[in-house]
Amino acid sequence: MSDVLWAPSAQIETLRQRANILAKIRAFFAAREVMEVETPCLSQASVTDVHLATFSTQFVGPSHAKGLPLYLQTSPEFAMKRLLAAGSGAIYQIGKAFRNEESGRYHNPEFTMLEWYRPGFDEFDLMDEIDSLMQTVLSCGVAVRISYQDAFKTYLGIDPLTIKLEELRAVCSRFGYEDIAAQEQFIDPLLQLLFCMEIEPKIGIDAPCFVYHFPASQAALAQLNEADPRVAGRFELYYQGVELANGFNELTNAEEQSQRFDTDNKIRAQMELPLVDKDQRFLSALEHGLPVCAGVALGIDRLVMLATGKNAIKDVIAFDVNRA
Amino acid sequence: MANYSTNEFKGGLKIMIDGEPCTILENEMVKPGKGQAFNRVKIRKLISGKVLEKTFKSGDSVEGADVMETDLAYLYTDGEFWHFMNNETFEQIAADEKAVGDNVKWLVENDVCTITLWNGNPIAVTPPNFVELEITDTDPGLKGDTAGTGGKPATLTTGAVVRVPLFVQIGEVIKVDTRTGEYVSRVK
Repeated sequence: MSDVLWAPSAQIETLRQRANILAKIRAFFAAREVMEVETPCLSQASVTDVHLATFSTQFVGPSHAKGLPLYLQTSPEFAMKRLLAAGSGAIYQIGKAFRNEESGRYHNPEFTMLEWYRPGFDEFDLMDEIDSLMQTVLSCGVAVRISYQDAFKTYLGIDPLTIKLEELRAVCSRFGYEDIAAQEQFIDPLLQLLFCMEIEPKIGIDAPCFVYHFPASQAALAQLNEADPRVAGRFELYYQGVELANGFNELTNAEEQSQRFDTDNKIRAQMELPLVDKDQRFLSALEHGLPVCAGVALGIDRLVMLATGKNAIKDVIAFDVNRA
Repeated sequence: MANYSTNEFKGGLKIMIDGEPCTILENEMVKPGKGQAFNRVKIRKLISGKVLEKTFKSGDSVEGADVMETDLAYLYTDGEFWHFMNNETFEQIAADEKAVGDNVKWLVENDVCTITLWNGNPIAVTPPNFVELEITDTDPGLKGDTAGTGGKPATLTTGAVVRVPLFVQIGEVIKVDTRTGEYVSRVK
C-alpha cells in the first residue's frame, strides 16, 4: 500500500536554505576559532531536570550481556563540559537532542541543537556573540535586553523576586488561569505560565530580546549572581514569539551542582516523578575543574523557522515524528 | 465517563469544562525549554456555542463528556418541542427550544438532521447543509435577470429571510446553504 507520509514534511527548497544556514553557522565559528566537537547521543547518565523526560534504551553486546542502560541526551551539556574540564578551550556542537513528551508546533521529540561554550566569557559577553550570530543568520537588528524582574514589572506590574504564592495565584486567576493557580503548590510553574502566555508574545517583536537574571530558583546550571543572589547568570533569547536559546554563566562548583541535583530529585519526589541518578562523571569533571565560562544552547530548527518564515517545526525538518 | 490526560487531547475530543460539554477545536503545546509544559486549547462549548481558550498544565486530566451525535428525521413541532425520529428504529426524540436555537428556521419535515446528545438529552440540532424551502413573500415589483445585483430579501415558509436574485418570485422553491444562510439556486 502506498503511504502518503513517505514524503518529507519540509519542502526541498527549505532544506536547501537550512543547509545554507548551517554552513553560515560553521563559518561563523571557524572565523572565531571555536572548535567543532561531537559528543555521544547515548549516555550512561540522564538528567535530573524536573521538566525534562528522557528516552532510554539498552546496549546489549560485548561486556554487557545483560544490557547497559543508556539515555538519549536531552542536550550535550554535560559531555561538552567534560571536554572543557579536559582543556578543550572554546567549543561548539551542532547535533541532535531528544526530549520525550514534547511534540507540537515548536517541538519535535528529536531536534537539532547548537550549543557552544566560551571560557573567559560571562553571560553578557556571550549575549554579544549570540547577537552577532543572529544578525548574520537572520539579518535582524541589534538585540534588546531586559532583566526577568523588569519584564514582569513592565508587562504585568508584579515583582517576580518577592511575590508570594497567594498573590501570584490571584494574578494568574485574573488572566483566566484560576484552575491551574488553585492547584499549583510552587511559585515557579506559575511564573513560567505568566511568562509564556502573557510576556513572551509581547517581547522580541522587532528585534531579538534577551531576558537575563532569571530567578535563583530557576537557575538550572547557572552561577548565582554575586551582587544579588536572588538571581542567576541565566538568560534566554526570544524573537517573534519563539524561545530560541538558553544560556548560563556556568556553575563551576561541583558541590553546589550536586546539591542542585538533589533539590531536583526532592521536587521530583513531591511531584511523584521518577528519581534520576546524578551524572557522576559530570560531577567528577567539575571537581577536576571547569574553567570559568559561559555557554548557550540554541534551537536550530526554530532559527530556520524564523529565517524562512515557516509556521511549524515540521516545515523545516526533513521528516517530523509523524513521518519518521 | 473516562478522564482524558492532556496527551490525549485532539480536535473533536469531547470534554467537560465549567460543567458544560465542550469539543476541542485546537490543541497547542507550550513549553519553555527549562520549565513547566502547558496545553493551550481552543474549545467550543456545545450548549452555548461559545468558542474560548483554556490553558491546562500538561499531564492534568479532564473529565470526558458523554456526547454523541445521531442522525434523525425532523417530524413536527407541537410549539414546545421539536420531534425527531430514527428512520430505522422509529425511536423518537424531542428537542426543546434551547437545543434547536436559531436552526429552527431550517427545519424541513422529513429532512435528516444531526442531533447532539449529552447524557442522552438533545443539546443541539444541526440541519442538513442544504435545505429546500418555498418563498412565501418577496417584492414582486423588482425585475431583473442577473444574480449579481445584490438581490432582494425573501421570506420562506419557516420564517427564514434570505437574499435572493431579483428574478425569483413568490411560490418558487429555492435551495439554501444553512451554514451561511445564503441562496444557492432555484429548485425546478
